[in-house]
Amino acid sequence: MYRYDQYDHALVQARVAQFRDQVARRLSGELSEEEFLPLRLQNGVYLQRHAYMLRVAIPYGTLSSNQLRALAQIAEGYDRGYGHFTTRQNIQFNWIELEQVPDILQLLADHEMHAIQTSGNCVRNITTEAFAGVAGDELIDPRPLAEILRQWSTVNPEFLFLPRKFKIAISSSEMDRAAIRAHDIGLYLYKDEQGEMLLRVMVGGGLGRTPILNEMIREALPWQHLLTYVEAVLRVYNRYGRRDNKYKARIKILVKALGVEAFAQEVEREWEQIRDGVAELTSEEYTRVAHNFQAPDYERIDAIDPDFGAWLARDPAFSVWVQNNTRPHKVSGYSSVILSTKPGESAPPGDVTAEQMRVVADLAQKYGFGEIRVAHEQNLVLPDIRKRDLYALWKTLRTHNLATPNIGLLTDVISCPGGDYCSLASTRSLPVAKAIQARFDNLDFLHDLGELSLNISGCVNACGHHHIGNIGILGVDKNGEEFFQITIGGAQGKDSSIGKVIGPAFRAEEVPEAINRLLSVYLRYREVEERFVDTVRRIGIAPFKEGVYQRETARVEASA
Amino acid sequence: MNNTIGLVNGVAVVLQEDPWCLVDDDQPLDSISSPIISFARWQTLREAGGAGQISCGVLLGPDDDPEAIAPWLDTLPLIALEFPSFRDGRAYTQANLLRTRYGYKGDLRAIGDVLRDQLVLMRHCGFSSFAVREDRSVSEALKGLFGFDMIYARSVTNPEPLFRRRSAKS
Repeated sequence: MYRYDQYDHALVQARVAQFRDQVARRLSGELSEEEFLPLRLQNGVYLQRHAYMLRVAIPYGTLSSNQLRALAQIAEGYDRGYGHFTTRQNIQFNWIELEQVPDILQLLADHEMHAIQTSGNCVRNITTEAFAGVAGDELIDPRPLAEILRQWSTVNPEFLFLPRKFKIAISSSEMDRAAIRAHDIGLYLYKDEQGEMLLRVMVGGGLGRTPILNEMIREALPWQHLLTYVEAVLRVYNRYGRRDNKYKARIKILVKALGVEAFAQEVEREWEQIRDGVAELTSEEYTRVAHNFQAPDYERIDAIDPDFGAWLARDPAFSVWVQNNTRPHKVSGYSSVILSTKPGESAPPGDVTAEQMRVVADLAQKYGFGEIRVAHEQNLVLPDIRKRDLYALWKTLRTHNLATPNIGLLTDVISCPGGDYCSLASTRSLPVAKAIQARFDNLDFLHDLGELSLNISGCVNACGHHHIGNIGILGVDKNGEEFFQITIGGAQGKDSSIGKVIGPAFRAEEVPEAINRLLSVYLRYREVEERFVDTVRRIGIAPFKEGVYQRETARVEASA
Repeated sequence: MNNTIGLVNGVAVVLQEDPWCLVDDDQPLDSISSPIISFARWQTLREAGGAGQISCGVLLGPDDDPEAIAPWLDTLPLIALEFPSFRDGRAYTQANLLRTRYGYKGDLRAIGDVLRDQLVLMRHCGFSSFAVREDRSVSEALKGLFGFDMIYARSVTNPEPLFRRRSAKS
């Protein structure tokens, strides 16, 4: 993990002092709410429906056990005993008093964490995939460059008042698990034949009201130019991005307006002026940062472990969990374990209690190397677990409601907090998530359905990434009543796509039945081993539409 | 201009007597010793051969391209860049370009919605004077230049990014 040096420490400490002063000036009335707003947003503080919310940055989703314990302390001391992990690998606390925020930030700073730029019209937390450094299919560990970007973008004075928020993700695996194509800048890291690191730069992705996947503007950019190239993109955006309409202000609108080629030319022209200067990255800096991400001392373990094999055979529930919730590790004898934060009705997606956080922190130390990851699907990951420890780990996780074997399945729902918390939301997404999880709680059925992502957003801001869910649900308000529009065929990863609307929206209570009908159509048409999204791609949305709505008509007619 | 902070030998102070005065396009220039005029008016004057006669500063709006004024930078004692709202960050880029790309050496002044909590960012981007919003206390605003100012990236005030300075130290 990256450890702060003196400068990093001094920066977050100074930042806490600065914000403490700003909060005091706000409370005394010296600062108006209008002036305070961007200051608090750039320190992670939102005003929600019932209280302030604090969003803490978890850079590229990596936490140490001690950091997770600090988050537990915040959940208990300043919130209602839990936190909510987000799709951008951060954590949110929903019931915060403004007066206490400086103390919370102090606690974070003391644990090498912060909430800087987790909101506001600036560069947000740099994200990557949860299995960085350990995944079997990884080309290069993306974390050193993610950290370098984090530092570069932190309080970069030129780019703190952009037209709109700006999200950057970096990935370097066969499967893109960081949804990089839905980002303002998506970076794909790979190697050329000589082994040199190169970047593919994609710009203009984003969900929200106008869902667009980003497009490539630069192939084979040598890694030394990462910062200058991103700087060129941001400068073009800062100068020419629209500021007259909040909904047209993301970079994706500028890219579309200019056309991707003209936009790319503009960036290249800017970049020509600044490349090869002092901002070009050095091998020395890369090495300094990469040193923090060295592989831990893995044991040499045989790939075959008779005890592990025996438990798999003896305990079917364990076997199902292993199959669903573990991922291949690049080191023989190890696995990465995903802890589901979606147990079903008992807790909303992404919510983790302080007690659970402490358990996970302890387990990471007991069985791993004291490290935890946050997945963009809102789950937690223990990246380095010996296969021989999986059984004992699983037993403990089960007693803490963290072993639901549903990763990648229908009930592994991604959802925003919705109208229960968020003041932007037009509908309550959590009750819909809960109703779906309740309706489809039969594990055999879920496993039979196989890989299927379901994403729910409570409003068009699309924080639940509904456009890239295989099934997407979007809450819309119609004259004060909540309705939910369903899309199908969306996907994240290498074959990303935006889902298509199947037809008129449903009332909240009708959603589970609509999902049920979609699933019936899928089961009727699917070929052997075909995933839901592949069936949609093969047969189109018409049969699904028919399956969902025709029966609806029939029912209305029958009852008429 | 009243309510203005400037840098004297690199130290931020409240300017007691600032000669500069923002002048609207339809206002005569006769009686004003140090006017700041719009880029459009300045161009008209320059083409008519009159801009060199007086010591004038030029105001670039957020849409103006700094490159357009680049050939004449040596002749301009002051350029003002406007923040129509403190949330509009275009002038940060304009300032940075004027200093680093076009080599402007004169006074670079922030005008408009200029508030305490953004002054340090402005200074990093190359501003050297700050016309604080009229309804705000300039002495309070001055504190904004003495607080948190750490950054990683390079800026006008730190021409080398931190990673180069870090490695020089170790």
